[in-house]
Amino acid sequence: MAKVIYEKPKGITDAITHYCPGCTHGIIHGLVAESLEELGVLGESIGVAPVGCAVLAYNYFNCDMQEAAHGRAPAVATGIKRVLPDRTVFTYQGDGDLAAIGTAEIVHAAARGENITVIFVNNAIYGMTGGQMAPTTLLGQVTTTTPYGRKPEANGFPIRICEMLSTLEGAAYVARVSVHDINNIRKAKKAIKEAFQTQIDRKGFSIVEVLSTCPTNWGLTPAEAIKWLKNNMIPHYPLATFKSPWGVK
Amino acid sequence: MAARGNVIFDNERCKGCELCTTVCPVGIIEMSSRLNSRGYHFSQVKEGMMEKCIACGFCGMTCPDFVIKVERL
Repeated sequence: MAKVIYEKPKGITDAITHYCPGCTHGIIHGLVAESLEELGVLGESIGVAPVGCAVLAYNYFNCDMQEAAHGRAPAVATGIKRVLPDRTVFTYQGDGDLAAIGTAEIVHAAARGENITVIFVNNAIYGMTGGQMAPTTLLGQVTTTTPYGRKPEANGFPIRICEMLSTLEGAAYVARVSVHDINNIRKAKKAIKEAFQTQIDRKGFSIVEVLSTCPTNWGLTPAEAIKWLKNNMIPHYPLATFKSPWGVK
Repeated sequence: MAARGNVIFDNERCKGCELCTTVCPVGIIEMSSRLNSRGYHFSQVKEGMMEKCIACGFCGMTCPDFVIKVERL
């Protein structure tokens, strides 16, 4: 009798995603879906989709979904969670959505200790709109709006969201993970599960920042993009658990 | 005796990103010369190489498009 080692999670619909070939959004979708399923909360979960590449995420997650205005997913999730406190509520946001137009929403949702989970996908660029500089774009990184590379004197410095939010008392679980290899995909799944467990245990706000690739706008093949993430993003965005109800090593 | 596996591809879902070929520890995945209906070369196991599969599941875990099902025999 063959034992299934891996298959499409039940929390993912049959729809074929609109993401570019090799975009790691799909891997992260899978980890979120598997985590909800394994924690036994898939049927009672409500996700909030962002504006950006993941704007159509409501077609891909096999649970109740709500679309939010740009950057406002934490505010919409706050409302849903307060009305339906027994549901597992999460937002799925990119760096353009969360770290630029939605900065006020994410900071205050964390400061209030809203009992929601945020999946924050950081690929250091605006994907959907054509590869413009994001607040998370690395110094020297070439984008369509920084054709000679991001320069601090003109474009400022990249924001480390996890470090910033972990200073807030309301943030109970804060971790940064990556999906550039199998080992890190496993670690990312563990962090996402812990973030949802934080919410289920009513410990407060939880966020997992997942470093992700954008082969199309980085101008690389998917395999090259994975290497670029490892060599360039991780030195600036160190992988760590910054806060956890179960303590940080 | 090492575990034996079976890998099943849903070719129509594949976008030809080739990430699965980079993580297979036994190197048995290749891209097809044929195209699927959306115009992508899809991933497949090299002819006659399925018996080398160790059922690690890495290809499935790294596939962003849920193309791959892995079974341990």
